[in-house]
Amino acid sequence: MTTVLQLPAVAGTHVTIRGLHKSFAGVPLYQEFNLDIPRGKIISIFGPNGCGKSTLINMISGLTAIDSGEILFDGKSLKETDIGYVFQNYRDALFPWMSAWDNIAYPLKRRGLGADKVKARVRELADLFEIKFNLGLFPYELSGGQQQTVCIMRALATKPEILFLDEPFSALDFEMTLFIRAKLQEANLLAGVTMMIVSHDLEDAVFLADRILLLTRRPTRVAEFMHFDMPRPRAPEAVSAPEFIQTKSAALQIFQREMRS
Amino acid sequence: MGKFDTKKLLPLVGPLLLYAVWEFALDSKAIKPVLLPPPMDTLQYLWGSITSGAVNKDLLATILRTVYAFVIATVIGVPLGIALGSSVNLYRSVEFLVDFFRSTPSSALIPLFLLIFGITDTNKVAIAAFAAVLVIIFNSAYGVMNAKKTRVMAAITMGIPRRFIFKDVLLMESLPQTFVGLRGGISMALVIVIVAEMFIGSENGLGHRIIDAQQVFNVKEMYSSILITGALGYVMNLAFLMLERHLIHWSGKA
Repeated sequence: MTTVLQLPAVAGTHVTIRGLHKSFAGVPLYQEFNLDIPRGKIISIFGPNGCGKSTLINMISGLTAIDSGEILFDGKSLKETDIGYVFQNYRDALFPWMSAWDNIAYPLKRRGLGADKVKARVRELADLFEIKFNLGLFPYELSGGQQQTVCIMRALATKPEILFLDEPFSALDFEMTLFIRAKLQEANLLAGVTMMIVSHDLEDAVFLADRILLLTRRPTRVAEFMHFDMPRPRAPEAVSAPEFIQTKSAALQIFQREMRS
Repeated sequence: MGKFDTKKLLPLVGPLLLYAVWEFALDSKAIKPVLLPPPMDTLQYLWGSITSGAVNKDLLATILRTVYAFVIATVIGVPLGIALGSSVNLYRSVEFLVDFFRSTPSSALIPLFLLIFGITDTNKVAIAAFAAVLVIIFNSAYGVMNAKKTRVMAAITMGIPRRFIFKDVLLMESLPQTFVGLRGGISMALVIVIVAEMFIGSENGLGHRIIDAQQVFNVKEMYSSILITGALGYVMNLAFLMLERHLIHWSGKA
């Protein structure tokens, strides 16, 4: 089994994954999987259905147990690391017995932060996300896009080093998708938080990404870990820029090659 | 003043219909007045027993027994149900017992409770509490077991310690279902208290009042007591629904 001692991480790496194994009901999904996730970048994960995109971020974030291997954050374990996680299903992720404000404040309060600091942090987030609706409302009184915005604010509240997002746009309308795309870029630029986004939409995946992680069919390997260095912030029109189209079609080619193999 | 919405009167249709059928059954001589007094007479008698305070002693006795039984059942049932619900293995081990006794009409256990507690007030409260506690355990346990996994996972990724995940998330998640259990539990307690008052030697209570009236063929008192018992059950249920709507505001919305 590979460890980080035998295969050191490249410079600027945030998360190192070495010798990762994971099977479901005896069927191997990941075998001897190694990956370096760069610090402060937005990484989109794209791949065929059932290749374990969500499983990958769930294993890194500790929601799914791994069979063997090691996952380190700057050499630290997950326990010593602050993470954030945004779920696809925002309705089931927010706490409906708390107001939107209390949802965002909850992880801060549980960390024992003083009331003033909690208030200041929530205000900071509300400014960053240009919140115009009443945060005193309960989640079920908000629109889907507003609920997902609250989820992202809550996940960012504790200033995590890394934010995981599992198909965060799949239940949102286009307008809201554009808005959240823009805000995620801002949050990334502002706080330097590493982001790993699982996506089933290639355009979403490329638009936000510094790196696009293309996965193969199971047993899952890295098909390609592409770079996409288009300058930020990227406006919605970026999708029609030549470099965007080029990267997207290159990714599509790799994806189709993997589907055929 | 806006136009009065006649649809608001719809709930009155049922009771008026019942009144008409009742009256018709007597007018057409289908039922003898000895068995069924005229509705107006019964309502007048009912009103009389309320204003004179004649029914107070029995009403209060029944309410007290039901409340005692319910409080005992809640204090035992909610923590036990939540504990069972948080360990699926534990729940599966006792599931059969809970389901079996939940399916057994508790009135069938009256003789057993008579052996244990004798002909006492404790007996009536005990058997009503036993019946209610099963409903409460079952619902609280399922409330915890059916907690939305995503909410628990969200708390895990926030780095919340386990004991707080239990208190802040699992407990809150179980509340809507727990309240369904409490509402079912208090209805169950009332049913068993009434039955116990009828058949376990009793000197007061609505059940005792009904059976006493029947024994001496005082049909007006019997029917008016039945109506009072029904109203009591209805009011208890309504009070719980209102409390639920206020406390568990998210129930059914999230």
